[in-house]
Amino acid sequence: MTGFLDSLLNGLALGSVYALIALGFVTIFKASGVLSFTHGSLLLLGGYLVAVLHDDIDFAGALAVAVLVTAAVAGALDRLVLQRVGGTDPHAAHVQTIVTIGIDIVLVTDLARRIGGDLLPLGDPWGSAVTDLGPVTVADSRIAAILVSAVAIGGAFALFRFTPWGLSLRAAAEDREAAALMGVRLTRVRTAAWCLAGALAALAAVFLVAFPAPGLERTTGQIALKAFPAAILGGMTSPVGALVGSMLIGLTEAFVAGYQSDLHVLGEGFGDVAPYAVMVLVLLVRPAGLFAAKGAARV
Amino acid sequence: MSDLRPHLLKRGPLLLTALLLCALPFYLDAFWLRIGLFSMAAAIGAVGLGLLSGTAGQLSLGHAFFLAVGAYGYVWLAGEPGPGLPPAVAAVLAVLLAGAAGGLFSPVAGRVKGIYLGVATLALVFLGHHVLLTADSVTGGFNGRSVPPLELGGFTFAESDPELTVLGVPFGVEERLWYLGLALFAVTWFTARGLLRGRPGRALVALRDSETAASVMGVHVARYRSTAFVVSSMYAGLAGVLLALSFRRVVPDYFSLALSVDYLAMIVIGGLGSVAGATAGAVFVTALPLLMTRYADQLPLVAAPGSGDGSIGPTEASRYLYGAAIVVILLYAPDGLHGLARRTRARLRRRPSAPQPPGTGPVPAAAAASAASDTTARAKEHTP
Repeated sequence: MTGFLDSLLNGLALGSVYALIALGFVTIFKASGVLSFTHGSLLLLGGYLVAVLHDDIDFAGALAVAVLVTAAVAGALDRLVLQRVGGTDPHAAHVQTIVTIGIDIVLVTDLARRIGGDLLPLGDPWGSAVTDLGPVTVADSRIAAILVSAVAIGGAFALFRFTPWGLSLRAAAEDREAAALMGVRLTRVRTAAWCLAGALAALAAVFLVAFPAPGLERTTGQIALKAFPAAILGGMTSPVGALVGSMLIGLTEAFVAGYQSDLHVLGEGFGDVAPYAVMVLVLLVRPAGLFAAKGAARV
Repeated sequence: MSDLRPHLLKRGPLLLTALLLCALPFYLDAFWLRIGLFSMAAAIGAVGLGLLSGTAGQLSLGHAFFLAVGAYGYVWLAGEPGPGLPPAVAAVLAVLLAGAAGGLFSPVAGRVKGIYLGVATLALVFLGHHVLLTADSVTGGFNGRSVPPLELGGFTFAESDPELTVLGVPFGVEERLWYLGLALFAVTWFTARGLLRGRPGRALVALRDSETAASVMGVHVARYRSTAFVVSSMYAGLAGVLLALSFRRVVPDYFSLALSVDYLAMIVIGGLGSVAGATAGAVFVTALPLLMTRYADQLPLVAAPGSGDGSIGPTEASRYLYGAAIVVILLYAPDGLHGLARRTRARLRRRPSAPQPPGTGPVPAAAAASAASDTTARAKEHTP
């Protein structure tokens, strides 16, 4: 039973971190139709900044700087590079997606070179402390991950729902042309979306490398890719779907890892790839994801 | 004679290139031959990916998986432990196996479109890598397996057996594999061009440009999509076999996501939807890191491999370069090297002719071609 509760809490913590990343994917996709493959490197950038800065300024300051800088970098990438390839034209989204892969190669190469073979600690205040919650013992970092993600995601949803920018974003996602005619500045809306996604990615980096994980390493960015299945499961256009998908992915991964001994047919370390297996299974049944809007083609 | 000349003029450059490629093993040493060999293998794979992503507009990041199926399929089928089939049979079966793997994925590949497929195929790379690491009895686990040499009717593609010296040049592994690679590449080149210029190619382009319009014109959407996927996986399988033969050892870590991204880089740099472009991109992406490693001490800014933290090694330098190449090419020349070459050729051809009135633009043929490549660069999709 404790094994079950352990896995459940691990899964929720993992899921909430994936949710931060997946929400970024979905926001970008809604605003620009681009699948951001740069997310791995943005995440790595956020983590790297915290790792480098936390000695000079304290952890909170380093985190704030990292979030702001990553957001600014993401926004600048969109404004200065991506929008030059076809602007806000939805037909250019494919090409822009491939451009994000190119940017990712450059950024990841550079960050990996700086990190080298080291494991960088982030100096987070939770350390390896644990809390007893009834029968189970949970790492403080996991509780922090759940709480902070809940606040950040709640904040993002409030932005979507109650601000003029959120309204513009939803309008642009619904019908780009009509939104533009109503005076929505598509370029600004999508640059802001990239900034938000960058900030969320930097935040996620901190929790991905906190206690049970050893620290920031050059391959940390690859974890961002696991948020892809989460976003796809949710149908790419639905923030709620991304949340549900992330929880599903996080729980799957935690349970497969937790019950590894019963699942040894699948091989050692199957937990790491389980999200992808879930994604393939879901896509077989529902090619457009679980929460996608029904599509209708107009000629 | 008179009706032979235009034919020769048209085929001349192709024949000349083929002759040149056949003559190279007599002049180059093993290092250059290996570069050529890896480039040919990469080109075969890239042509396959080009069919899928460039022509059919389906983004695939799963190419490394199909390369792995081809490579490991050959090694297992031809080796011990394994059925120990004759290597030539094993090679053919490995290609078919890669195609079958693509076919198994086709329920997803046929229905998921565009960039969604890119993410779905990510799953293949990670799941495949997991299988390669854990299925020890077939794949040899983390350390991989050594590759049995190919045999064709008593002729072995290895250092000896039979000893072979042609015109005073001893034929070792690289020289023998060079001709094998050349033959396989020629097969790829002609079959892929045939496919692209025939009915299937047109159907795929129509599908890419507008799914609705294509299906109204009688193109079976799901069938063509999954067929493109299967054919592309078979080319990848063939590339995998050739890579395995040239590496002489296969290890799981080679077939990672980075390899898939490399292949994507090849077709983007070369120019989407063109066989020649994919080949040029493959040579560029494959040869660059190898050349940089070899000449690291003579290049500015590049340090020799393993010379300490923080310095830019040759592998990193080449990754910077082709990452940036993707961005720059898509920003300024969306039709890649292929488009650049064609535009230069059109401009050269135009110059000797009578001066055109301003504003008429390029010659009609070039205009049509560049219009076609515009649609190549921007795969259109009609979604609400």
